Amino acid sequence: MSVQALTYIFVGITFALYITIAIRSRAGSTSEFYIAGKGVNPIANGMATAADWMSAASFISMAGLISFLGRDGSVYLMGWTGGYVLLALLLAPYLRKFGQFTVPDFIGTRYYSSLARLVAVICLIIVSFTYVAGQMRGVGIVFSRFLEVDINTGVIIGMGIVFFYAVLGGMKGITYTQVAQYCVLIFAYLVPAVFISILITGNPIPQLGFGDQLVDEPTYLLNKLDGVMTDLGFNAYTSGFKETIDVFCITAALMLGTAGLPHVIVRFFTVPDVAAARKSAGYALIFIAILYTTAPAVASFARINLFESTHNVSYTAAPEWFKNWEGIGLIAWQDKNQDGKIQHAPGNAFEPVKPIFTGKFGDQGERAIDNKNNSESNNEVYIDRDIIVLANPEIANLPPWVIALVAAGALAAALSTAAGLLLVISSAVSHDLIKKTFATNISEKQELAYARISVFVAVVIAGLFGIYPPAFVAQVVAFAFGLAAATLFPAILMGIFSKSMNKEGAITGMLVGLIFTFSYILFFKFINPELNSKDYWLWGISPEGIGFIGMILNLFSATLVASLTAKTPADVKEMVDNIRQP
Amino acid sequence: MEKSFTNKNDYWVANLKLVASLLLIWFFVSFGCGILFADYLDQFTFFGFKLGFWFAQQGSIYVFVILIFIYINRMKKLDQKFKNLSGKGN
Repeated sequence: MSVQALTYIFVGITFALYITIAIRSRAGSTSEFYIAGKGVNPIANGMATAADWMSAASFISMAGLISFLGRDGSVYLMGWTGGYVLLALLLAPYLRKFGQFTVPDFIGTRYYSSLARLVAVICLIIVSFTYVAGQMRGVGIVFSRFLEVDINTGVIIGMGIVFFYAVLGGMKGITYTQVAQYCVLIFAYLVPAVFISILITGNPIPQLGFGDQLVDEPTYLLNKLDGVMTDLGFNAYTSGFKETIDVFCITAALMLGTAGLPHVIVRFFTVPDVAAARKSAGYALIFIAILYTTAPAVASFARINLFESTHNVSYTAAPEWFKNWEGIGLIAWQDKNQDGKIQHAPGNAFEPVKPIFTGKFGDQGERAIDNKNNSESNNEVYIDRDIIVLANPEIANLPPWVIALVAAGALAAALSTAAGLLLVISSAVSHDLIKKTFATNISEKQELAYARISVFVAVVIAGLFGIYPPAFVAQVVAFAFGLAAATLFPAILMGIFSKSMNKEGAITGMLVGLIFTFSYILFFKFINPELNSKDYWLWGISPEGIGFIGMILNLFSATLVASLTAKTPADVKEMVDNIRQP
Repeated sequence: MEKSFTNKNDYWVANLKLVASLLLIWFFVSFGCGILFADYLDQFTFFGFKLGFWFAQQGSIYVFVILIFIYINRMKKLDQKFKNLSGKGN
């Protein structure tokens, strides 16, 4: 059977599974809709959290990024897992004890202020919509490459599925579909990784395989990769080249941001008690670590395969996957030295970086491009980093069913995260804005109706992001983590650990963190992108890492203002005492 | 473990001590071994990996998982002692 037919079957089966689960877990109350009635088993919640967390970025993009960054790519591995230690030790148990529905709920109640709640809602919406846009791009890529349908049709199908189970089942429906999606995505990630590990090193465990010797010569894989890369003029794969301070700050911002992401935090509201919240954080990290320790192995296998299968190979003899991905514009080649062969080298192949296809074909049959040659580099190939995981099974010549499986897994990763995000956006609107701020007298039934309408609106907006992808999607990922790190994380942390933190302090802190981080990223990513290099950055810290400094400024200004203004009321101190007890 | 709690504050202090020591290890393996001392550690080899590279791409993640499970177990014991305290009506 063809790859396409198999993909239709796999994707069809998994979608049918998600819909069945949704129909069986309809939500009847706001508690079920927002937090699954607090009845989720900690291990199931661990899986749901893992699927909620591991997005199209983790599944599709991360190994590709690491593949091109080498050791510097570790910021994503440590940043996106280390945050769970903070979440488990500093936030999850206490927020569960607090026992309300949303993150702005905690901030609004702890800081006895609807302004604080409103600031938290704004941060939450910016962070979550940024993130949703990325998921939709992932869904679009998978549909257009593997099912060969129009990207728009793909996005609409994906949105339809999410809409169905989020509106019907709320958090309850989302939780159990996420459990299923975790199983699909982790299986789809591991199968090709194990196959490729065996092919390259003979070791069936990828985590050990990429430290092992090659099958066809007695050399360690990483040494071989370092050698191949330095021969071609690249930096060695296993050495770091970013400034240490920048690596430090990016890792910190990703960790703190992870711990402050509302769609992850809210998962810990769904378990029965404090002990279950701790436990499910532990299980969540195990389930996440399975993928996150496999990703760097996949990254190094893919890099070495890429060189071996295409470097100095004639374009006419290039493998089929190379032309398939060129066909949808994620690979482009320009024969700079006119030898008819593909050559990899450091630097961007042309200017601008992304190919602009002319619609005509070159001498060798390649898709001609309109870009200027980058004369400073001998590199002839543009490769979109997002294709590494998706193309890996084809690059390694794995059977068609593995390729189909990867497509289903990528969709599971993107849809599960999109659903979790859409739910926190809608509960922030229906619960925090409508019920708690603007129309406090509505009944539970009306609130539930508003919640469903908000999901609908959020799904439509997210769908529009997918159909008309804002060009800045990749640019704004820094926003999501930086802002969560600089606003929500410190506000929640101080709310639990510092009784003297009052509303004036917390609001000042959130605003300082928000404005500082937002302007820094805006300046370097949008206003003056040509200045976006370490010569102009504050202390050599890139926009990706600036959320860490934003968080420090938040803590500092909040503490200062709190020490100058009225003390925390006694009943709030009592509430803090209460959440500190198991 | 050590002696039982005399008041509710003891539970909170014991909790803070535990969290602080676990976060110290968290910081040491990730920011320490994976970033600040990674170049130094790279001179040692570990199962075919340079050690600093291994901490950055594998080791730190394993340690994170272990830390959370130590936390879960120790907190279970602290919770039990807290329960005994509440049972005595303090």
